[in-house]
Parts: sequence; structure tokens; C-alpha cells
Amino acid sequence: MNFDVRIPVGWMFTLTGLLLSFLGWSTQNNAALYAKCQGIDSNLWWGLALLAFGLAMMLYGKRAQQGIGNREQGTGKRHAARK
Amino acid sequence: MLNLTAVDWLILLLSLAFAVGIGMALKEGIRTGKDFFEAGRALPAWVCGLAFAGAGMGALEVIGMGAAGARYSLAAAHICSLAAIPAMLFVGIFMMPLYYGSKARSVPEFLRLRFDQKTRVLNACLFAAMMVFSCGISMVLMARVMQQLHLFARLFFALGWAPQGSFVFFMGLTAAVVLAYVLLGGLTGAIYNQVLQFFLLLAGFLPMVLLGLRNAGGWSGLKASLPAAGLGGWSGMSTAGANPAGMEIAGLGMGLAFVLGAAFWCTDFRVIQRALAAKNLDSARRVPLIAAIAAIFLPFLLVLPGVLAVGLPTPHTTTVESTIGGAILHTTTVVRPEVEAGRGLVPAKVDAATGKPLLTASGQSVLDYDMATPNMLLHFLPTGLLGLGLTALLACLMSGMAASLTAFNTVFTCDLYQPHLSKGASDAQTLAAGRWATVGGVLLSIGVAFAAVHFNSILDAFELVFALTMAPLLAIVLLGMFWKRATGHGAFAGLLAGIAGALLHHGLTLPMGAHPGLHGGWLATMHIYPSDMAQNFWTALLALAASLLVTVLVSLATAPRPEAELAGLVYSLTPRPRTRLVWWKRPEALAVAILLAAIALNLFLA
Repeated sequence: MNFDVRIPVGWMFTLTGLLLSFLGWSTQNNAALYAKCQGIDSNLWWGLALLAFGLAMMLYGKRAQQGIGNREQGTGKRHAARK
Repeated sequence: MLNLTAVDWLILLLSLAFAVGIGMALKEGIRTGKDFFEAGRALPAWVCGLAFAGAGMGALEVIGMGAAGARYSLAAAHICSLAAIPAMLFVGIFMMPLYYGSKARSVPEFLRLRFDQKTRVLNACLFAAMMVFSCGISMVLMARVMQQLHLFARLFFALGWAPQGSFVFFMGLTAAVVLAYVLLGGLTGAIYNQVLQFFLLLAGFLPMVLLGLRNAGGWSGLKASLPAAGLGGWSGMSTAGANPAGMEIAGLGMGLAFVLGAAFWCTDFRVIQRALAAKNLDSARRVPLIAAIAAIFLPFLLVLPGVLAVGLPTPHTTTVESTIGGAILHTTTVVRPEVEAGRGLVPAKVDAATGKPLLTASGQSVLDYDMATPNMLLHFLPTGLLGLGLTALLACLMSGMAASLTAFNTVFTCDLYQPHLSKGASDAQTLAAGRWATVGGVLLSIGVAFAAVHFNSILDAFELVFALTMAPLLAIVLLGMFWKRATGHGAFAGLLAGIAGALLHHGLTLPMGAHPGLHGGWLATMHIYPSDMAQNFWTALLALAASLLVTVLVSLATAPRPEAELAGLVYSLTPRPRTRLVWWKRPEALAVAILLAAIALNLFLA
């Protein structure tokens, strides 16, 4: 059985989000760095958005995976019972 | 100049590690040919749908749409959604029951079932060649962009390698990563990665577009800054030359929206293969519709960077005079001449021989529109987000390459190797052949890439190859699916006639300002088009018309196949797909909703 694609997507964006928001947090007083984006600490805000997206994907992926696992286990039991 | 920090590199490497990691995690599940070539026909609709959209968002398209935005302004976005959405809805509602229901593994195999073996082999050979072409060209295009951004310059400098090697290094790196996950995970590996790459594209491009729009004063500010002719996409389009796109309205409406868009979304196996991987017919029909939802918004995300890039002030070499404590200081910011000769963030092309900006005959500089989107990333994204933006560029390159590569290995193995080269091969042998075909496909496309570096015209020839392959194919697939009288001999003759017609038209016409040769006119110049875009549309349209006409005529002259054999292959002889879904969950309802949303959005943004 394949794994749910939301799990790697979730991991990728959780890690990227953590990296970016940490970078944004540690450079929030560096005006020169954010001069090109009109003074917005875009690393921090976009990092947090990606982190939320990544965690949500992971949560839904894990839930779907468990659903499949339970169903497969269920059918396995039924097969065993029939035997 | 590009200054990447450790965080940028970390994000880039993380995405490559995930790409290969997905392939490795899937390796266990790939045991049969069906797993490798068809992803076991077990994937949910939304996964295939995002991959379907991702197959149409390769490097050529992403860079190309930014370039089109810089060149033709917002009209390009309307044209792109106009071309894609009706075709995607049509393939989902009417064509997918036949493609998916026939159990064909590829589009050429469907041609074998509907028509005959010779039509299949002709199409399979043309298509396989086109895949290698497109894969190689995407690599060259992106490697050039990365070289101009000096992505690996510091790394190479630190290691003491020659800077020219970065071009080869970049191509080798992307080819190796794509090869690894396609070999390990087969079609599932490619599709799972396309889902990841789709989200990476959004994550990398969205902040750039938002910051760019904010800088331009929001949507109304952007519209106010555009020249009037560029707005809306419809004003001034009735006469050639009046519109920046330089096309006649007939050439636009018919040629682009119908032929090229429909040919890509309805018959290009790169996209159809994603839908065939869905777990059941209802899901397969929903795949193009889900992709169409993405296609409503994507053109704006991809075209806007180009529009914004030309709207920004062009950098100039400036000297600022300041007085500090009685001393007069001159601070000079030097801008390279090719940047200064450009428009906004779009630089001029550089003459390789003289190192100066290229000029046209009338003294204007030739702009390098391909750099619009990459330069926007550099201009607006700070370190950190910049790494994510470059990852997005890399992701779209790999997404397109993987689509070409999985289509190539399936067509080669199922349509050429199995029926001709090794009759009666076992499943294990077929699987092995598929893996070797993948390796071969990568090597061939690297070969094409190196040829394209030395002969620039290979890049220009791609449009022609696409028109030659896809427009006649669209004609025979449509006739085959919706006209039961169409025969195998008719389809074969139609394919040949379409190719001949396209070549003849290309040989007799020329876009304005080009020299006879690969751009056309190699027989004689009988007509001059305002742009190469217009010429390509008419080439495709003519190929389609010739193909339709000859297929109909030859079909009427040859014996038809009995109707009983055509059930499931022709729309009128196929029972309507049965579904247990309530009416508002059916694909048809979704299609109507998408169509209304697309019309509303295009009117709203016009």
C-alpha cells in the first residue's frame, strides 16, 4: 500500500516554514535585508503561513493513512474469520 | 547578483532530498508493469488532478508565461486560461470515459484499439521524439536562466572550478534527481513529486507576486500603469498589428484556444497519463476538472511577474553627489549595459561576439523576456524566501521533465518494445525495459540539450515539432471518438496529410523580420506574419484542417469497422458512464461551476 502524499508534502512545508520563520524572527530588526520587500518581514510571515499549511497537510495525511490502515486491518480480520 | 545564504541552500537541498526520498519510499510498492507505467490505477482524483496541472506547468510554460506577460501584458493571462479551461472540461466530461474505459495504457495504444497498428506506431514514434525534445529543451532553458543568475558561481569559485562547468553541473544534477525518483517510484513517484512541486511553485511565487502587486499600488495601481492596448485582452484585437500580440482575431480564437490548447490538454499523453492513474472512472473524469480549478488562477500567478517586471523602473548608472563635512563625495552605482538597455527588469540580450546589447535593424534592443520571472524573484525576495523562489523554479523544471520522461518510457515500452521489439515479453522483462527506457530517455534528452547549446535554432524548431505532432493527432482522436465511420486507413492518411500540410505552410510563410530557414520560408516566402506566434497558430490550424479533411475523405472510401467492435471506443456507441453519485457531486455539475467561475474571473480582471 502506498503512503499518503500529504505526509511528505506536510513534512517539507513544516521544515521550510520552521526555517523561514526562524530566519525571519532572528533578522526582524535588519531593515537593510527587508528593504527590497517594502519593510515587511516577509520571511517571518510567509514562514508561519507555510508552517500552518505543512502541519495541516500532515494532520490530514496521517488521519487518512490511519483510515486506510484500519480498513485494511478490518478486511484482513474478515478474511481470517472466513477461513 | 545572487547572494545566497545557508538557509537558501538548505531549502533547495531539502526539496531535492524530498524528491528522491519520495521515490525511495515508493520503491517497495513497484512490483509489476502496471505499478510502474500506470501507478497501479489506484490514486485519488485530487492527487492526479494536481499532477495533471503540474504536467502543463513545466519550465517552458512557467518561464514562457512570465515572458509572455512581459511581452504581451495581461492579455497573455486571459489567453492562457481561455486556451486551457474549455479543453480541460471537454476532456473530463466527454473523452475520459473512452480513454479510461478502453483500458489503454497510452494514447497510441488507444489509437491501436480504435484504428490500427500503423497509426499507433507512427504516432508513438513522433510522440517519443517530441518528449525527448521537450525534456532536453526545458533543461537548457532552465540551465541558462540559472547561469545568468550565477546560481552556482560562488560554489564553483570556492571549489576552484571553471565557471562554465556550472551549466553542465546544473543539467546533470536535475537529470540525476528526476531519473532517480522516476526509476524508483515509476509513475507514482512522478505524480507524488508533481503534487509536492505544485505546492512549491505556489509557495515560491505567491510572495513575489503579492509584494510586486503591493509595490505597484495593488491591482488598480497595476492597471493604471499599463498601456491601454494591453488591457483586457480584447480591445484592439480585431486587426493585426493594432494589438501588442500582433494577431488577427481569427488566428487568436481558433488557432490558439482551439488547436494548441485543445491538442495539449486533450491528446498530449503527458497530461492524459496522469488521469489514467486515477482509481476509478468517476475519479478519472474529475482529474481534468480539478486541474481546471487550478488553471483558473495559475495563469495570473505566472503571467503577473512578467507584467510587473516591465512596469518597474529600468536601473541606470547613477552618480549621487553628497557633501559630508566639506568634502564632496561621488557615489556611483554601475549598472551593466545590457540591463540599462532593457525595459524594467527585463534585460537586453547580449551579443556573444561583442559583449554589447543586441540591437534590431531599427536600433531597438532585443529584450531577453525569459529573464522576467527570475529577475522578479531576485528583486522582491529577501534571502530565505529567495531560496524558496529558486526551489520553485527548479520544481517546475523537474515536474515537466518527469512528465515527459514517464510519457516517454510508457510509449516506448508499451507501444514500440512490447508489440514489435520483443513479442511475448514477460511482465518482469517489460518492467526492466521500462526502466532502461527511462535511462535512455534521460541520456537522449541530455544529448538534445547539448545539441541545442550549439545550435540555437533547435529551440525555435520545438514549436514546429509540437504543431506537427499534436494538431494532426487531435484531429484523428476527435474523429475517432465522435464519428464511428472513421477508419484506420483514414486516420493514418490524415496523420500524414496533417504533417505534410504543416510543413508546407511553414515552408511558404515567414514571421516578420526573420530570415528564411528554421523560422519558415525554406521553400519560398508567400506570406509574412506579424509575429512567430501568429505563424505557429496558422501552421497548427492548417495541419488540423488538412488532417480532418483527409481522414474524412479516406474513411468514406474505405470499409468501416463493425459497430460491435467499437463499443467503448466511440462516444455514441458507449453506454453513458453509470455513477451512484447525487447530481451535484457528478463531474458534469463541477464542470459547469468551473466554467462559470472562469468566465466571471476573466470578466472581473478584464
